[in-house]
Amino acid sequence: MSRIAGSSRDVALLGFRRQWVPILSTLAASLLALYPFVATWAIVPDLAFLVLLAWRLLRPEMWQAHMALPLGLFNDLVAGLPVGQSMALWTLTFLILDIVDSRVGWRDYWLDWLFAAAAILFYTAGGWYVARQMGTVTPFAVLLPQLGLSIFAYPLVARLVVALDRWRLSR
Amino acid sequence: MPPPSTRRAGFSRRAQMGLFLSYVIAVGGTLFAGLLLVIAIVDPTGFNALKGVALDVTSPVSSAGRSVVRFFEGMSGSVGNYVQAGSQNAELKKRLQDARRGLIKAQATELENKRLKALLKLTGETDDPVAVTRIVGSSFASVRRLATLSAGASSGVRPGQPVRSADGLVGRVIESGRWASRVLLVADSASNVPVRLVRDGTPAIATGHGDGTIDLKTLEVGRNPFRRGDVLVTSGVGGVYPPDIPVAVVVTVEGDRTVAKPLADPSSVEYAMVLPVYQPLADVPLTETTESALRGAGQ
Repeated sequence: MSRIAGSSRDVALLGFRRQWVPILSTLAASLLALYPFVATWAIVPDLAFLVLLAWRLLRPEMWQAHMALPLGLFNDLVAGLPVGQSMALWTLTFLILDIVDSRVGWRDYWLDWLFAAAAILFYTAGGWYVARQMGTVTPFAVLLPQLGLSIFAYPLVARLVVALDRWRLSR
Repeated sequence: MPPPSTRRAGFSRRAQMGLFLSYVIAVGGTLFAGLLLVIAIVDPTGFNALKGVALDVTSPVSSAGRSVVRFFEGMSGSVGNYVQAGSQNAELKKRLQDARRGLIKAQATELENKRLKALLKLTGETDDPVAVTRIVGSSFASVRRLATLSAGASSGVRPGQPVRSADGLVGRVIESGRWASRVLLVADSASNVPVRLVRDGTPAIATGHGDGTIDLKTLEVGRNPFRRGDVLVTSGVGGVYPPDIPVAVVVTVEGDRTVAKPLADPSSVEYAMVLPVYQPLADVPLTETTESALRGAGQ
């Protein structure tokens, strides 16, 4: 495709790509939960949340906060979480990040990572609390390896999302 | 880099309203999701229809890829075996001999067992499985330890039924779709299995710990009856799990705390059997009359 859209069809295609790449990549990350591997211990980071978070921190203006509701519902259904868990926690994360955005005047790589770490901690603790209400009373320490792994996996996921973003906006 | 200021809508009335509406939807949606969550907590089977459909749609994907993944999981083990073939051979021969001796003893015991049972006129429990199926996947990121089976309501799988593999107890069905179902593994902390010690029959409760191990709680006070290497089997108390299914083997004993490892490792088990509830009446909710009678008795 040339750098200038030649027809209205090209424009529509580019618009579609711009709008749907973030959504589809998040849904695809949710679908990774179907990977046919049986884990006896919660150790693998929740990649869907990491991808969502990376998009949100990279492009704060792209999604309104309510965008997390349908994405969360999809994640709940695919990953077998109680319906409403990701919906509530993801949307809350978005709302909190909106407040943070309006307070913090500047951002850099480390600050983004710090916010991501805080969001991951919030999300993990939320999931732990919901599981506790459902009868799975686990010491929080069991989740610490997963928490650490998620925090260190975030920059990698963010790299991937940046690459996707570059492709999404390229001509 | 300063964040883009598109969150501030400026003086445009329309943009301000749009932004406001978006927050109303987000906050309302969060509250709604919280409500759904409360319903899911109060009545875990409430969304079975919706979740069952999602399970049916997604399980074929896991099912198809499972054999490929197993091939690669198995390959690392095979390479190791090849390297250690000599020493392993000698050890296995020794073990086989021990096992043969044990087997003869077990056969004699079984014969005696049969004779005694006939004497007592115990009704034979049905061992016919509801379905024999494959474990195709599990939850990754969530604290809850759930596995997915590729059989559902169409083969008679219902929530509440116990699931075992050749090695031992896997867990209990908690959700069932039409062609797939979800199992709460014994390693989940919501799972409580009444067990007894094979060595001397000491009763205990096996509760998951959430990290792939099982905590054993005995009813005895003062002394810990478990030793490292003890095997526990289901006791049949409670009427859900049939008796004498191997559950776990004790790995560490520290004072009052006993940690065991499940014998059926769901990550290496390929086939699982869904069994009928041992005493079907055990799974029936109490009727109102029974409840009121109990309440009367309690007062």
